[in-house]
Amino acid sequence: MSETLLDVQDLNVSFPSRGGVTQAVRHVNFTLGRERLGVVGESGSGKSTMGRALLGLTPRPGIVSAKKMTFDGENLLDCSESDWQRLRGRRMTMVTQDPKYSLNPVMGIGQQIGETCRLHLGANAAEARRRTLSMLEAVQIRDPDRVYNLYPHELSGGMGQRAMIAMMLVAEPDLLIADEPTSALDVTVQNEVLRILDDLVRDRGMGLIFISHNLTVVSSFCDRILVMYGGKIMEECKASELHRAKHPYTRALIAAAPSLEVTHKELATVTRDPAWLA
Amino acid sequence: MTAASQQSLTQWLESDTPASSRQALAGNVYRGTRSIVSNPAALAGLIIVALLIVMAVMAPHLARGISPIEQNLSNRLHAPDTAHWFGTDELGRDIYARTLYGARVTIAMVLLVSVIVGPIGLAVGTLAGFLGGWMDALLMRITDIFLAFPRLVLALAFAAALGPGIENAVIAISLTAWPPYARIARAETVTIAKSDFIAAAKMLGASTWRILFKHIVPLCLSSVIVRLTLDMAGIILTAAGLGFLGLGAQPPTTEWGAMVSAGREVILDQWWVATIPGIAIFVVSLGFNLLGDGLRDVFDPKSV
Amino acid sequence: MTDTQIGQTNIVGHMLRRASSFIASLALTFVGLTAITFLISRLTKIDPVLAIVGDKASKEVYDKTFVMLGLDKPLIVQYGAYLRKLLSGDLGTSVLTSQPVLTDLLHVFPATFELATIATIFGVLIGVPGGVLAAARKGQWPDQLVRVVCLFGYSIPVFWLGLVGLFVFYGKLGWVSGTGRLDIAFDDIVTTRTGILLIDAAISGEWEIFRNAFSHLILPAGILAYFSLAYIARMTRSFMIDQLSQEYIIAARIKGRSYWGAVWKHAFPNIMVPLITVIGLSYASLLEGAVLTETVFAWPGLGQYITRALFNSDMNAVLGGTVLVGTVFIGVNLFCDFLYKVFDPRLRSS
Repeated sequence: MSETLLDVQDLNVSFPSRGGVTQAVRHVNFTLGRERLGVVGESGSGKSTMGRALLGLTPRPGIVSAKKMTFDGENLLDCSESDWQRLRGRRMTMVTQDPKYSLNPVMGIGQQIGETCRLHLGANAAEARRRTLSMLEAVQIRDPDRVYNLYPHELSGGMGQRAMIAMMLVAEPDLLIADEPTSALDVTVQNEVLRILDDLVRDRGMGLIFISHNLTVVSSFCDRILVMYGGKIMEECKASELHRAKHPYTRALIAAAPSLEVTHKELATVTRDPAWLA
Repeated sequence: MTAASQQSLTQWLESDTPASSRQALAGNVYRGTRSIVSNPAALAGLIIVALLIVMAVMAPHLARGISPIEQNLSNRLHAPDTAHWFGTDELGRDIYARTLYGARVTIAMVLLVSVIVGPIGLAVGTLAGFLGGWMDALLMRITDIFLAFPRLVLALAFAAALGPGIENAVIAISLTAWPPYARIARAETVTIAKSDFIAAAKMLGASTWRILFKHIVPLCLSSVIVRLTLDMAGIILTAAGLGFLGLGAQPPTTEWGAMVSAGREVILDQWWVATIPGIAIFVVSLGFNLLGDGLRDVFDPKSV
Repeated sequence: MTDTQIGQTNIVGHMLRRASSFIASLALTFVGLTAITFLISRLTKIDPVLAIVGDKASKEVYDKTFVMLGLDKPLIVQYGAYLRKLLSGDLGTSVLTSQPVLTDLLHVFPATFELATIATIFGVLIGVPGGVLAAARKGQWPDQLVRVVCLFGYSIPVFWLGLVGLFVFYGKLGWVSGTGRLDIAFDDIVTTRTGILLIDAAISGEWEIFRNAFSHLILPAGILAYFSLAYIARMTRSFMIDQLSQEYIIAARIKGRSYWGAVWKHAFPNIMVPLITVIGLSYASLLEGAVLTETVFAWPGLGQYITRALFNSDMNAVLGGTVLVGTVFIGVNLFCDFLYKVFDPRLRSS
């Protein structure tokens, strides 16, 4: 096993509001090395909130607390804003769901990717451009010079997502959190983007947290899987041993995944036991 | 009311499944009122507007019988004291009484303008949105043209031609105030016109007028009312501006803008003559702004 | 053609289309405005014939003048003649000054321009950062403060604020000069080059006059600036709140941008185009606000000209002024609309 990148113990994220306190993430424990960890759950399970908490981007009025939360030995709970600016983009990064919304509409693609270079690598304009173009090639964009000058609304979904991946990985971070990276894409394009992510993560030896609601994709992509429900981790297992999962929620998710090989008369649905929320 | 029947009244109002349109309406009013009352700014606005109405209606009583137009030249330009709570103006008239009676003119103008621009805006907007095609283009063109006019200057020109007076001021303001309502009504109508229940009404043979009047207009009403409340501050300020220039309500009718103008000559020594009616204008505008913001939060919480 | 060449032709074509649409709108609205001023001039109780021939003229003279003025022709034809005169610059003659109205207007306009421009500059310099601060610190005290300032700006009558300002800052504190543009002692010393006193005084090196003009200007301009900044701050805040809730702001912070870096370098460029429209609209509405402010401060500008003409039933002057203010108002509105459509990159390729 490689060295530990992330060490999280008893992570909690809560949102106080006029109607009470919502516990979005409860008692989450896990470690991550230079490997691929999948986090599966339905909407509202807290997986995205957890991802953002790891980057210190929990929106107001959320409160993050944990017994321990370190990245490469550095205590994330203690980080000041300038510490975070040092870490984000350069050591840890995130790719989000929809490039239509995650890219600045009035900035050129090349400029947005180059921004990461200039923020972290001290690059001047020419250097930033060079790195941007080579990164665009790395995400298999065929005409980097042309795409460099385009605006986000001029890109297709797949290209936009690849541009976002380029933007977030150009400074060569060690940890990537991918929050539903292919959920907004057409099915035909999803596999392409997954393959690009696969290559990049492997070639650079990055740690990856892959957040998704799609168990099938996660199980084929990742080494280990965390199943989340109601803010808690229901089960943790190796992807290869998924069929031996014990928790009823995990088993229900597996059963509910439609398969081309086996014909069901009815698609299985998940019956949620309220006890899981305790 | 016993505790039990009070509980059931609240339940009736808050029910998710109203059994009659009367219950639905009552429930909506209840929820809207609660929302406004829980918002301190909106509540303040509501109180101010209510006070304005009380002032206007009860002016004779609140003025303790003092006449707003009775002159007393031996008592002119008195500072505020126990006899004259707001002092006297350049003709010896009691400013407190004048401020109270001035509320009547303010309310009258606000009501008159609303009664004109609301229906016109609704009519133009719903027709344009429902009929579509060249009628829509024509009506919206006309709306855009009026939207681009400078309100005060045009009102000045109007008053210059027709002479001063409250009716002319109302017409002048209405002339440039109606376009936003046409726009709002049209936008809502275009959305509503696509609904299934409108198609059903058409299939049942309902005439265009009936559809517009009974179905579409009621649905546009809430947006129009919110916008009206928000606009009232601006209308009050424009009306006061016209009054300041002597173009609004004419003497002996008391009008706040005209009072400020009268106090202009003596502002440096007898500041209360101009300042107090100005405060009245300010507070009333503020009240409508706060109330309008609150109403908008109730009806359309998505907008900032 | 290469891709870039096609792209450039698209932008030019796009601009031309928008420009022609802008000119068409301007023309149409101008026709609308002048139609209304024409109708108003017909509504006036003053008989234009009597105004020329006097009320002792015989019926023959009256009838002849009636025909001469074209009053027997249908309304549409009369309007056409009116429009033609307007476009050739003939706005009639002022009864009060006996000058052509156009000459009068050009004479008084610079004073109003000076007020409105300085007020807008301060409105932008204070209003834009204020709105950005309020949005970035939404719900906290800077936001509450800005919101209260804006709320007051929407509720205070401008003429009243002017009077109170005179009372406090001139009457009681003596920090600024009183009404008018200059102390009477300084009248007619500076040669009028641009019509803008501050510039003319600076060019001539008349620094005492410059200071005096400034102390006369600061209160009315300051008051107008307040209304300008209230509107601009409110709109800026609204736009920024919209942008700050977008995903790309989070993406910028993921890249390592600080919060304020994301605010100014990512969110703000997204609102610059609609903000220009807002600033233009604010400027246009200040021309209106100037009418009342000039009356209070006896400022010799367009607003005072119109109101003085009003009190003297000088219809030509009133309507001429209305046409001028209206046209500038409409022109600024539509031009900002046009700028918006041309410069938003999202609309460029559509």
